Amino acid sequence: MSTRFLDCGDTAFSVEFGSTIAPDINARVMALHGAIAAEREAGRLTGVVETVPSMRALLVFYDPLSTTRAALQPAIEALLVGGQAITARSRRLTLPCCYDDAEFALDLADVAQRTGISQERVIELHLASEFRVYMVGFMPGLPYLAGLAKPLHLPRRASPRVRVPARSVAIATEMSVVYPFESPGGWHLLGRTPVSMFDTRRGAGATTLAPGDTVRFRRISRAEYDALSAEAERAPFDVERFVEASP
Amino acid sequence: MSARLVVERPGLFDTVQDRGRVGFQELGMPTAGAMDRIALALANAVAGNTPDANAAALEMSVLGPTLLVEADSVRVGLVGPIEASLIASEGAAPKPLPSDRSHTLTRGQRLKLGGIGGVSTAYLAVEGGIDVPVFMGSRSTYTRAALGGLEGRKLKEGDALPLPRETASARAELALAAPFDYGSGPIRVVPGPQADHFTEAGHATFTGSEYVVSKEADRMGIRFEGPKIEHSALGPDIVSDGIAPGAIQVPAAGLPIALLADRQTAGGYSKIATIASADLPRTCRLLPGMRVRFTAITVAEAESLRREQERRLAAAIAGLKPARPEGGIDMKALYEENLIDGVVLCVHVRYHAN
Repeated sequence: MSTRFLDCGDTAFSVEFGSTIAPDINARVMALHGAIAAEREAGRLTGVVETVPSMRALLVFYDPLSTTRAALQPAIEALLVGGQAITARSRRLTLPCCYDDAEFALDLADVAQRTGISQERVIELHLASEFRVYMVGFMPGLPYLAGLAKPLHLPRRASPRVRVPARSVAIATEMSVVYPFESPGGWHLLGRTPVSMFDTRRGAGATTLAPGDTVRFRRISRAEYDALSAEAERAPFDVERFVEASP
Repeated sequence: MSARLVVERPGLFDTVQDRGRVGFQELGMPTAGAMDRIALALANAVAGNTPDANAAALEMSVLGPTLLVEADSVRVGLVGPIEASLIASEGAAPKPLPSDRSHTLTRGQRLKLGGIGGVSTAYLAVEGGIDVPVFMGSRSTYTRAALGGLEGRKLKEGDALPLPRETASARAELALAAPFDYGSGPIRVVPGPQADHFTEAGHATFTGSEYVVSKEADRMGIRFEGPKIEHSALGPDIVSDGIAPGAIQVPAAGLPIALLADRQTAGGYSKIATIASADLPRTCRLLPGMRVRFTAITVAEAESLRREQERRLAAAIAGLKPARPEGGIDMKALYEENLIDGVVLCVHVRYHAN
């Protein structure tokens, strides 16, 4: 599918790279996101307000009082030609997750039964998955993590839960997510992390993950979970603590 | 003691808002911000705040609060068709205050804000801006994540809005020369981004029918009732993508939902069109039961409408006129002003009833 520029009124337009969830499509989204950020840092692309990556498209916001769509689109098209060469910012993080408590792993038995593999193997496969943040959205700080091991691919729960606890680690379709807040949700809950995806005590750095990040999970005991949770209650975690490598 | 306005009685949904939280949507953070950026700009202008200050004001919906002044003096800018009165001291008879101008209030006085006529919101700015903490570059309240504004929520009894100054600056009060013309007629929209998810008949239904604002209308969006819009073979669902302000999504049920200030950053329903930014403030002012039509325009037309509207807004701010100070009320002038206010209210009602 070729790249399309889609109209989103007079303050935004969407650069759509495909209609499906796929690594090459998301990589192109992130490459353009990074290329536009670099241009703006260099003082070019005046009038671009912000860019918002999603799984398969980049939404470009602009100020119609300082530029026009007709002026911006050719400048963005020029970036697409060389855009593939630009590697988007990508940190590697490892997040602790407790799978070993029935209170957290509410759907572990169900997932094991539906996939026909043991509970222990479900956990191993989740731990073996290298995830990439395709998008942060739906709620502030909620990461959509692509790269879930194939045997764990399942549709969402037939009836969503009214209340999914904050920091629940869950899977559905080909993805994993971490809930930033207590909210309704239809994903299968495998465990819980003591690391909040959104901590307002960190101010502008409230979110833990950003689009493009690579994420793995590390298995922790309930005791370690409790110790880390107590620590997080006293003061917010410095995200750097979970970063293995920065660009 | 620090200067503040104390909430003696909250309104229906009062929140602190500025122009919104820009630059954090990639992290899933909705922009929030004033539903009606024009009224916010005018309220700040009459209160003496320059546009680059991005001062935070109080957005009021349907019914405003009663506020007690705990400062030597404070200048407020009130904009929108809202009933207001001043209670000079405990037990004193309320004295009507006209809207669309500034007023200076002194310690112990109460500003009693009442019903808003014909539109959903009105704004109360204060000189220097409401001094709540900045979060992610903005003071705007986003209630769904309980952040920004005053503890991330609507005002309640006993709250105190922090003021940045202990006294109002010495200058004449300012008033709008005329209520701002928000425009009338069909709401102009740009088709897309998922125009191809709808049949030709679906597009014709959308732009050829009358839609009614349902009771489900808030800062996040407005659900409309009316004829169902037909999807094409591509269907109603998409892999989630970003959402621009004023995007009109159409889920499988076929009814349009306009996404406004508190909209989520991304969503998985096809979007038939996006409201032109010049027509977004008047859309945000709609009340349940009001009838609207939509008409399609191009991106370039929407851009030029916005630039023309911004020129008129700048002219309205440049054309603010001195208003009579609070002290010497002359009954004849008050009577005339009330008559004028009455007319203003009718005009607002007519615009928004279409």
